[in-house]
Amino acid sequence: MEFLHDIDYPTVWFLVVGALFSGYVILDGFDLGAGAWHLFFRTEESRRIALNAIGPVWDGNEVWLVIGGGALFAGFPILYASLFSAMYIPFMLFLAFLIFRAVSIEFRSKEPMLWWRKLWDICYSVSSAMLAFLLGVVLGNVLQGIAIDKDFEYQGSWLEFLNPYAIMVGFTSLALFMVHGAIYLAMKTEGRLFIKITTLLRRAILIFVAIFILTTGYTLLYIPHLSDHLLSNPVLFIVPVLAFLSIANIPRLVSKSRYLHAFLFSSLTMSLLLILVAIEIYPVMLPSTIDPAYSITVFNAASSVKSLQTMLIIVLIGGPLVAFYTFFVYKTFRGKVRLDDTSY
Amino acid sequence: MEVEILARIQFAFTIAFHYIYPPLSIGLGLIMVIMEGLYLKTHNKIYEKMARFWTRIFALTFGIGVATGIVMEFEFGTNWATYSKFVGDVFGSALAAEGIFAFALESGFLGILLFGWNRVSKMVHFIATLGVWLGSMFSAVWIVVANSWQQTPAGYHIVGTGMAARAEITDFWAMVFNPSSVDRLLHVWVGAILAGAFLVLSVHAYYLIRNRYVELSQKAFKIALVVAAVFSFSQLLTGHKAAIGVAENQPAKLAAFEGHFYSLAVADMYLFGWVDKENQKVSGPKIPGGLSFLTSFDFKTPLKGINYFPVDEQVPQVNAVFQFYHIMITLGMTMIGLTLLACWLWFRKKLFRYQWLLWLFVFAVFLPQIANQVGWFAAEMGRQPWVVYGLLRTSDAFSKSVHANEIVFSLIMFAFIYVLLFTLFIYLLDRKIKHGPYDESEEEDRPLQREIAEILEHR
Repeated sequence: MEFLHDIDYPTVWFLVVGALFSGYVILDGFDLGAGAWHLFFRTEESRRIALNAIGPVWDGNEVWLVIGGGALFAGFPILYASLFSAMYIPFMLFLAFLIFRAVSIEFRSKEPMLWWRKLWDICYSVSSAMLAFLLGVVLGNVLQGIAIDKDFEYQGSWLEFLNPYAIMVGFTSLALFMVHGAIYLAMKTEGRLFIKITTLLRRAILIFVAIFILTTGYTLLYIPHLSDHLLSNPVLFIVPVLAFLSIANIPRLVSKSRYLHAFLFSSLTMSLLLILVAIEIYPVMLPSTIDPAYSITVFNAASSVKSLQTMLIIVLIGGPLVAFYTFFVYKTFRGKVRLDDTSY
Repeated sequence: MEVEILARIQFAFTIAFHYIYPPLSIGLGLIMVIMEGLYLKTHNKIYEKMARFWTRIFALTFGIGVATGIVMEFEFGTNWATYSKFVGDVFGSALAAEGIFAFALESGFLGILLFGWNRVSKMVHFIATLGVWLGSMFSAVWIVVANSWQQTPAGYHIVGTGMAARAEITDFWAMVFNPSSVDRLLHVWVGAILAGAFLVLSVHAYYLIRNRYVELSQKAFKIALVVAAVFSFSQLLTGHKAAIGVAENQPAKLAAFEGHFYSLAVADMYLFGWVDKENQKVSGPKIPGGLSFLTSFDFKTPLKGINYFPVDEQVPQVNAVFQFYHIMITLGMTMIGLTLLACWLWFRKKLFRYQWLLWLFVFAVFLPQIANQVGWFAAEMGRQPWVVYGLLRTSDAFSKSVHANEIVFSLIMFAFIYVLLFTLFIYLLDRKIKHGPYDESEEEDRPLQREIAEILEHR
């Protein structure tokens, strides 16, 4: 096996994919979260401002899903194939909501009729919430493991994805995205909408913490394999501790009205939780519930070293470029939302 | 068999629908770059109005293109698991490059293109438009490279056996520049540009017929006409080049294009026709030895016919492939004829004199769209029974763990969503076209359209 500074290539690529997913949930997380809040705003003006707060950036954020998915496909084709065909229904629903959401954003503002806007508002908000939920559902299934056989083929039934643990993780991710989205909206808005969202944000933080504790408790009790790595290597406890501190810091910053910092900490929280997931399962990426020996790991699912090296070069060249124009776009549209003739 | 056919129907349906939009983005992108470039150069506000108008329509096509495009990426995993395992190592890198170099460039600058008119300088906005267009062009590069690798695999070796066999990359550049990728990329690019140019022609021809925005529409029509004429003709060359590539690399496909059955015989070329597969006969007007001539400039060269290949390697749907291929060529020729006619009338200073010509252009918007669709049908059905030519059969490539009723569910779901999406697209396109390039507040300031039209008419 070849190594890059003592780390083998599949692991390097595992980290790259992790970083891309982390970028995705931080970026698309806030616009999905903002979308989930949409129906809480009652006036047309508030809804327009909320929508335009994510207007110029949501499309760019979704690119991270395409890149993350592509990286997973490229780096770990076997995982991509097994996971996506096993989770057929949730992924199909995910696509449906993704399309509905994009369509709602584009079409809402095209007609002035009340019923038209209400229809797309509902569509937009429900699909945003469902996307956040479904991401959690898939993650829950990955953590828990699914019924894959020795050929990495799924042997379970089509409805198994909807189990209690997956639903819990689904609600956790929905709550986290909504906290994240609310902080973003607080950063981008003023006046009535600002007052409304800050009130909602305080409640959302409490709800998130409650769900998170519940899910953590369930994980420790019923899915023991997820805490093995932490127990055998206590140094790693630093990650969950940091995650808890980061979560605790959010309400503190919110109460001081330092929303930008709160946003950075909710982003950090998301990253830390993903790192925690990575620590808990590595080198396994998809545990088999039939026999642990059938689990898909970083090593048995990875592409060839040649392929991983090529893609690493692509990412090293492309990554800074993406970072540059992401930065440029956010800089252009910085500050509170102003509506003009090009707005949604 | 049931799962295979359902998975194929779903993929064909979702990709055919998707492929309405990205070509429009590429084509409109180029036209917008030209319009904004003219605005930068001449400072004439009319070009800015045009560019802004087309940006609004671009936004519509782009949004649907992205949403329906993610479906394609996911379907590789959900419906074609064995295929994904087989090709992942090879064109994972192409897809990664697509995402990071092309799609990110495109979507990153899109925000500025759509919402930045009042926030950044003219020059920065032009660069954003250029970035979006280049992004869409690069996007096509990597997608066509990946697809071309399926047609003419190169730069790989096979690891493992049976159902666990997979291709591993050995030479990245050999994979990128596989024997068919450059030819096919040019052909796809030009087809996409034509889709955009003919949409612009169609809309402005409609305005000219209705005597609306006459000055602006005449300028825009001419811009699009130049693009359409140049690229209609180029398409003949890229198409020819691509066909020679098919003759060299995928002779079974070429044989199906023209319904050429006999092994190593002189091959004819048909203007149109009908393939009777059972009796191995094609009826229709033909140029004897035409196909032989096109591939080698010699009417006598014998070519491999369908019967040259073992039965399980022959293209199953010869007549369909034949028809799609011929429709594509007929439409391509029609575009060349139509744009040449318009250019000649322009040269004679009669371009906008004839209503019938403008009406032809209103409906000509369907020509490149249909040609693009049937061209891909011919290319993909002509590759059958292989999904990766000579290496992996379509019948082995689908997901084994997905059941037929799950695909029926998703197929109905996509049919429902896409019908809705298409209806809304047409409705909003219609609205935007009827609204026109000017806002209502500006409408009053402008002199009457009809008067301008008359003045121009008598000049």
